[in-house]
Amino acid sequence: MAQREAVIPATTTRRLWTWFHRLASPRYFYELAGRLIPWFGWAAAVLLAAGLYGGLWLAPPDYQQGDAYRIIFIHVPAAWMSLFAYVAMAGAGFIGLVWRIKLAEVVARACAPLGASFTLLALCTGSLWGKPMWGAYWVWDARLTSELVLLFLYLGYIALDAAIEDRRKAARATSVLALVGVVDIPIIHYSVEWWHTLHQGPTVFKLGGPSISLDMLVPLLLMVVAFKLFFFAMMLVRARTEVLEREVNSAWVREVVGEP
Amino acid sequence: MKSFHEFITMGGFAFYVWTSYAIFAAIFAWNVIQPLVHRRRVRERLARRLRRMQP
Repeated sequence: MAQREAVIPATTTRRLWTWFHRLASPRYFYELAGRLIPWFGWAAAVLLAAGLYGGLWLAPPDYQQGDAYRIIFIHVPAAWMSLFAYVAMAGAGFIGLVWRIKLAEVVARACAPLGASFTLLALCTGSLWGKPMWGAYWVWDARLTSELVLLFLYLGYIALDAAIEDRRKAARATSVLALVGVVDIPIIHYSVEWWHTLHQGPTVFKLGGPSISLDMLVPLLLMVVAFKLFFFAMMLVRARTEVLEREVNSAWVREVVGEP
Repeated sequence: MKSFHEFITMGGFAFYVWTSYAIFAAIFAWNVIQPLVHRRRVRERLARRLRRMQP
């Protein structure tokens, strides 16, 4: 029995490893991503429509904030995705640095513009929410400042990437930058607990469950999933384009590009 | 929402809410259009390059 238990995980690990290797092959990735993108994209569109309908029309006004709170349905998903995209970018960059997997470099680079977009969206919507609630578009509060630093990290990543001609050298430099910047992620996350800030604390993930009514929570979660699917769809589109550019000398790219 | 009027005015917060959603729409639209346009340009460029290499 003990022997059998040892065998099963070994096979699973090997299978997982084989799959991982296949995934890392540019051609396999190109085809798999090509099949996944329409699903992710259309699912994101449907969930986005449902979330917007639920959030802007069905959900009742907040008892304290009136209708101004409706900014939450884009602000919170954007802020979460700004962190998620950064961790994905730094994680893929790390894999690229350590194991020299070219596909990981491609994925890391594809995350940057999306992450920067989500960060910008979180900052703009937060600012527009702050004005009617706090009386100011901007305060140098821990949460806001650390999120602004995140935007600069993304912009620094994009600028550094654009400045280095050689793709592999650029990937090494940007991955190191991304990994150094990871320190900002826990700071953003815990800023509302570590410092007394104007920004409100967590509403959804906290002890004792979410303190938000279901009419508001459901559209919020729909938007969160929609943002995530949108991120994956467009990240894969970007990554596929770069795979084509990088693999231009291989026969399969000639076939793909030759197609009308 | 009880009425279309209420939906448009957002209880007096129309400027803040609708500006937020407009920025959201613009950023999402850019993130769809830019990668697709870039993809088409890259494919055209690669196709031209390959045609030059093997006439």
